[in-house]
Amino acid sequence: MRRLETRWGILMALPAILGFVIFTIGPMVASAWFSLTDWTIGGSPSFVGLDNYTAMAHDELFWKSLGTTTYYTLGAVPLVLIVSFAVAMLLNEKVRGLAVWRTIFYLPTLVPAIANVVLWIWIFNPDFGLLNSLLRQGGLPGSQWIYAESTAVPSLIIMSTWGFGNTMVIFLAGLQGVPRHLYEAVSIDGGGAWRRFWHVTLPMMTPTIFYNLVVGVVGTFQVFNQAYVMTEGGPNHATLFYVYYLFRKAFTESEMGYASALAWTLFMIIMVVTFLIFRNARRWVYYEMAGAR
Amino acid sequence: MTAVATPDKTARRGVAPTQGLRRPRRYGRVLLYVALLAGSIPTLLPFVWLVRSALMQDAQMFVSPPEWLPSPFQWSNFSEALTSQPFGRYFLNTLVIAVISVLGTVLTCSVAAFSFSRLRWRGRNVVFALLLSGVMLPYAVTLIPTFVMWQQLDAIDTIAPLTVPSWFAGAGGGVFNIFLLRQFFLTIPFELDEAAYIDGASPWRVFWTIVMPLSKPAIIVVTIFTFIGTWNDFLGPLLYLQSEENYTLSLGLASFQSMYLTQWGYLMAASAAVIAPIVALFFFLQRYFIEGVTLTGIKN
Repeated sequence: MRRLETRWGILMALPAILGFVIFTIGPMVASAWFSLTDWTIGGSPSFVGLDNYTAMAHDELFWKSLGTTTYYTLGAVPLVLIVSFAVAMLLNEKVRGLAVWRTIFYLPTLVPAIANVVLWIWIFNPDFGLLNSLLRQGGLPGSQWIYAESTAVPSLIIMSTWGFGNTMVIFLAGLQGVPRHLYEAVSIDGGGAWRRFWHVTLPMMTPTIFYNLVVGVVGTFQVFNQAYVMTEGGPNHATLFYVYYLFRKAFTESEMGYASALAWTLFMIIMVVTFLIFRNARRWVYYEMAGAR
Repeated sequence: MTAVATPDKTARRGVAPTQGLRRPRRYGRVLLYVALLAGSIPTLLPFVWLVRSALMQDAQMFVSPPEWLPSPFQWSNFSEALTSQPFGRYFLNTLVIAVISVLGTVLTCSVAAFSFSRLRWRGRNVVFALLLSGVMLPYAVTLIPTFVMWQQLDAIDTIAPLTVPSWFAGAGGGVFNIFLLRQFFLTIPFELDEAAYIDGASPWRVFWTIVMPLSKPAIIVVTIFTFIGTWNDFLGPLLYLQSEENYTLSLGLASFQSMYLTQWGYLMAASAAVIAPIVALFFFLQRYFIEGVTLTGIKN
């Protein structure tokens, strides 16, 4: 039986293991190697050591794309977290027609990325788009939205906030897991809604906030579609997101070696950022099992 | 819309037991609904804008102040947009890729999850932890070598690069499915397996006749998420599909957009047509959707 179990065990895990080797580890090692070469599609790679990485230091567009992506992440992640947490709190009250509300707020996340982009191009249209139409009707001046350097990234942040549904549902699941007796304890001590929120809800939700924060940061660091379809990185590189820049280097300019170095740099940046969040998390994430902060 | 009008069991179960210890005061309740309403307006407005523009004549769209009700209803936007490019073909292409991917993902991920949860073998946990670590890898890192690999295999402009990985447990993202299925399998009593083994059943039989039939909710969740993931994928088809007859809906819509830059009626009609199937699927399987996301949330 033992032997049989081992044999079947490995056999059944084999597709997953092979997939991991072929589609994760293999490409990972390959791209590390590519990043050390000068290589255009069609030619053969020639080893250049760390040249690609040092070239990056002098590549203005690299810094620009890094800055743009960071700007986007710093705007989009907190905004999505706050909005989705607030709505989840509302839905966690005894609400009539919960399924209807939940559906409404979840709906935008279902829209396929490209349809979403096409829709928002029209919403952002400075002449007859939804936003400027509304603003003008309210007697306010319109904006150039994605068509002006200073408003392009904020516009995309607004657009990303529309898709807060996934984060919201995860918060909702977390809220429903907060033990009821804790609220009772606060109420018995004469605490009101604010104290219940501050001393029970928020601390108990820190693991969920932490999870959504990490997922959000890793996700927004890799934003691509908006830049590709909506803005092509413009105006004047204002939305030159990192992965879009990488894509352009690799598949338009055919600089595979340099693009691979960009990919590995992104990997390291994400690792460092996640590591910092994890380390910082010890201070504010509450784990019940540890019994202490 | 009936699915929304009648809150299902999950929803009723989902009504929070945590709060409302004392009956909240009436004005608090009113405030709650006002807040919900205020939140749902900006959420729904883009959809209203989408449908309104999809059914409007161009002339009516370019007036100020904006009009909200199309008159007349320009249904021909749909027929003209959807026939100007072979969207039917794109739909079928997308469907084929999605179905093959779902089958592969469900089969290989559940087999692996079974191995990782119910079969004991040396090194099992190390292998599982290793696979899980792959989730952290940004897709940008594997993008270029994977592309080069498919190019070497002469598989560009075929559906192979978009479907084959799913038959290897979906490569990177698939690990998450293994995790989810494994969590679910662990809740099924192990006595069932043992009884079957005593009767001389093979692990495959236990997997196929005992564990799988009991895991329908988890399998449906994996099916839905894989389906949506492939249906909405843009970067994959963009990289690997070149000839127009192989385009997916996302790719077709993107190329349509670049051709009809300012034909908002057509663009919105095409977008609405691309959005509709997914939204329909959602209403159909709503309960499982939310359960799925909830399972996702348990991860931490």
